[in-house]
Amino acid sequence: MPTDQLPERPDGVRRLENVVIRFAGDSGDGMQLTGDRFGAQAAAIGNDVATLPNYPAEIRAPSGTVAGVSSYQLHIADHDITTPGDQPDVLVAMNPAALRANVTELRPGGVIILDTDAFTELGLDKAGYEVDPLTDGSLEAYQLFAINLTALASAAVADHNLKRKDAARTKNMYALGLVSWMFSQPIEDTVEYLRKRFASKPDVQAANIAALRAGWIYGETTEAFASVYEVKPAALPPGTYRHMKGNKGIAYGLVAAAHQAGMPLFLGAYPITPASEVLHELSALTSYDVRSFQAEDEIAAIGAAIGGSFAGMLGVTVTSGPGMALKSEAIGLAVIMELPLVIVNVQRGGPSTGLPTKTEQSDLLQALYGRHGEAPLPVIAARSPADGFDSALEAARIALAYRTPVILLSDSYIANGSEPWRVPELDELPNIGIELATEPNAVDEVGNPVFLPYARDPATLARPLAIPGTPGLAHRIGGLEKQDLTGAVSYDPDNHDLMIRTRQSKIDGVDVPPLEVDDPAGPPGSGADVLVIGWGSTWGPIGEACRQVRAEGLKVAQAHLRHIAPLPANLTSVLSEYHTVLVPEMNLGQLAGHLRRETLIDTVGYNQTRGMPFRVAELASVITRVIQGIDDADTPEKAVGDVTSRLAGAKAGAGTGSTVTHSDAIREAGR
Amino acid sequence: MSPTGETDGAARAEEPAGTAGRRAPTVADFTTANEVRWCPGCGDHAILSTMRGLLPALGVAPENTVVVSGIGCSSRLPYYLDTYGMHSIHGRAPTFATGVSINRPDLSVWVVTGDGDALSIGGNHLIHALRRNVNLKILLFNNHIYGLTKGQFSPASKVGTVSPSSPHGSLDYPFNPIALALGAGATFVARTIDTDRRHLTATLTAAAAHKGAALVEIRQGCPTFNAIPRQPRGSGDAAASVEADPASPELGPVRLSPGLPIVFGPNDQWGIVRDPNTGELAVGNGGDARVVVHDPGTQNSTYAYALARLAETALGEPPIGIYRSVSQPSFDQLFQERLATARPGGRGELRTLLTGSDSWVVAG
Ligand SMILES: Cc1ncc(C[n+]2csc(CCOP(=O)(O)OP(=O)(O)O)c2C)c(N)n1
Ligand code: SF4
Ligand SMILES: [Mg+2]
Repeated sequence: MPTDQLPERPDGVRRLENVVIRFAGDSGDGMQLTGDRFGAQAAAIGNDVATLPNYPAEIRAPSGTVAGVSSYQLHIADHDITTPGDQPDVLVAMNPAALRANVTELRPGGVIILDTDAFTELGLDKAGYEVDPLTDGSLEAYQLFAINLTALASAAVADHNLKRKDAARTKNMYALGLVSWMFSQPIEDTVEYLRKRFASKPDVQAANIAALRAGWIYGETTEAFASVYEVKPAALPPGTYRHMKGNKGIAYGLVAAAHQAGMPLFLGAYPITPASEVLHELSALTSYDVRSFQAEDEIAAIGAAIGGSFAGMLGVTVTSGPGMALKSEAIGLAVIMELPLVIVNVQRGGPSTGLPTKTEQSDLLQALYGRHGEAPLPVIAARSPADGFDSALEAARIALAYRTPVILLSDSYIANGSEPWRVPELDELPNIGIELATEPNAVDEVGNPVFLPYARDPATLARPLAIPGTPGLAHRIGGLEKQDLTGAVSYDPDNHDLMIRTRQSKIDGVDVPPLEVDDPAGPPGSGADVLVIGWGSTWGPIGEACRQVRAEGLKVAQAHLRHIAPLPANLTSVLSEYHTVLVPEMNLGQLAGHLRRETLIDTVGYNQTRGMPFRVAELASVITRVIQGIDDADTPEKAVGDVTSRLAGAKAGAGTGSTVTHSDAIREAGR
Repeated sequence: MSPTGETDGAARAEEPAGTAGRRAPTVADFTTANEVRWCPGCGDHAILSTMRGLLPALGVAPENTVVVSGIGCSSRLPYYLDTYGMHSIHGRAPTFATGVSINRPDLSVWVVTGDGDALSIGGNHLIHALRRNVNLKILLFNNHIYGLTKGQFSPASKVGTVSPSSPHGSLDYPFNPIALALGAGATFVARTIDTDRRHLTATLTAAAAHKGAALVEIRQGCPTFNAIPRQPRGSGDAAASVEADPASPELGPVRLSPGLPIVFGPNDQWGIVRDPNTGELAVGNGGDARVVVHDPGTQNSTYAYALARLAETALGEPPIGIYRSVSQPSFDQLFQERLATARPGGRGELRTLLTGSDSWVVAG
């Protein structure tokens, strides 16, 4: 919301419905912490908040350069929002590189707050500025607040015995204090936070608190800003709320799942961005009977998790793309042994090391098909940071009920993004416990009781699980094909065929809720002509884009797939009610291809792999064009350009790659 | 032939054996009805029958015993033991076994692996299980060849091994499994041989009693692809014809016995002596005052390592016995202690965790 659009209130505070703020600085400037705290403050006063951290893959990229810029964007609103916002209204730039890397995305007329102390000749040079943007008039389109933040922060902490460099480092808290004042946010929660965080370093603790307060006071006393803003609390359903990041949500969902199953949680993991945080979170929860094991590699990690499952734990492993590739043989083993296992893949840009800190949805086909042999398993995807919790619970439910590995897909955007999460009451959580076998389940030809590890529950086709330590039920499982019922090694052709079909039927029969369509214009068939369907983290941008399009008076329906294998039973009938199905994905059309295979319905794809979530405006314009394509000539395919024209456009020097990319990137999926 | 299959995987649920109030377990309690499918004369038969004899004597019920294997001829062993078992994937058995063992200290967990399985594809997992000191009894069946895939050279094969994939002789230098395990910090390292049932039984019994990771290399004959030289003779009874050469394979392996001097050959004429200046070990005279008294309990593994290495050059067959057996808390124990100390008053309240300290309430 442009900050100059709403009228000033009599008390000098302007009400905003929503605002997008981006903190940007050098990797060493503490921007992630600053953004995180601002989000927590906003959440605490009841705003809806969605965040987008963005940082370089290197721990210390060259300081002062554009490559080393780290940023944190927040969208805060007095209503329900699902994305971190397309364009910042406010940019806080701690150095020239941060300005240069971010200013083009700032909304015209937006606010820039920058640290003039960093705009030295060296700083400008490192950022690649030939002329000082503070003097060449290039920032005229914005409301500029050029403040010597470093000097002010250093002066504010002069009493705290810090070295000059350390004193200067408090500038992020100074900036946070200032921006908090600007948006009428109390800072006491952050003071508390700093107390705890720096408890062991009293000087640093005191200095950071002093800088934070000084920044706030600076805002109040200097009348530096023409206006103060305020975003009122959002009308959230009643309950206890928490600011929740996706990785933490998944970790908590897994803990809750183990609790609801009455089993200890056992995690085997090997560190990898952006999944490590789940390992970190769970490693800290020993007191909740969470057992976490850092293995020597991803193969060992899943091996240990499978061993844990065999021994009666809820076995879990967490990784990202490269680690998934390593785990595939062991996943196949878990499929044939029919043991419960939750495999979390927090996707990042690929292939190979790819873009380790950026988001992408390009591991869907790997999850669905990336194993040798007929090795079906359920695949589900989280749609937002807060949904990490529910998705993890659902993954564990299916894994336990059907004795199968389940892949839960998240991505870097969900992992690091955050939003308010309503803490569930324990009695709202499903009971997902299963009964372990304790007695023989059959008799042999001479009437002796025997245990058949591959007999099946007729409803779910799940096999009985007997864990080591259970007398009389000792048995062997493994990777060789199993004889139906007995689980003995079998090379019989008919049995192999039977077992392959049985394992497939078991997965096909997993109970999955029907696909729901959100369309104010009416149910499938009598509402919109265009359905936008997505999976994973595109849920937020697609939803907001649909709301924008509807606000323009057009009709559009939205549906979102949490379960991708098996798909909801009503999927084909829902999709066939629409003239056009649009599938936006952060890959080159993996869901679209899967849908075609499973439903024989051609969809229109909109695809990008820029390492960043979709922008709402971009999706809204695509949806609009698809709808209008129908209105015009009844041929939606014509609405789109293709890669060739994009490349040609880029070659002709028609603007920077990214502009061209957005407008023309709709790819016709059906060729 | 190479083994192809087994018949019966289901449990026979007769009277369970081995826990309080039940009769003592017998060989039959640990034996499945599966037809054993190794080549006739394969060393694996002898190891299996030793295991079947040994397990009942350990006092652990079959249901509290878990045998995890990788892939290879040797790794078929779990199908023949009526315990809980997992025939997993190639090289990764220690990983599955780790997940079982550290979560379930009530179980006795064994790993059965081959030289290809443990030293080639699974080398990483082997060294990490050993360095962590996971409470696993790792039986490395070393036939110096890939048996199941029909005889290719392995990381244990001598340089120059002629095999289907090295028709002109292999070029790789082999691993010495004992030295490798010692380098990984293993707390129990032993070597034994399939043809000496008593030695095999004694060594596996000692391994079972060890708290922590125990690596036992079992030299195993593969008559089909690689009949390795092995003579189970004791040190005193070798023929007079080999008198002249302490490195003659005819002598059979030197036997390492704790507390006894390491002497071998006819009339114990040779011994392992330590050079007081360099600490190096060498083959010397059996009557030499410098003959080493074997002590596997030496904390510093330099001695055990020197012994393992000496065998490669100076002896006809590598010595058998326990090279190292030292006590160190197992990973399992530390893992369980960590869990116990983290929740002195029982499991934490889930709702407290979920609510955290930074939540706020939206009133209805
Ligand atoms: C991932 C994988 N690669 C290769 C194989 C083929 N393979 C099976 S067993 C084996 C070697 C086994 O050698 P060893 O561990 O010495 O066992 P042995 O048969 O000699 O007892 C190989 C290469 C496999 N099963 N899986
Ligand atoms: S190890 Fe050799 S002898 Fe034994 S079963 Fe395998 S191929 Fe046959
Ligand atoms: Mg072998």
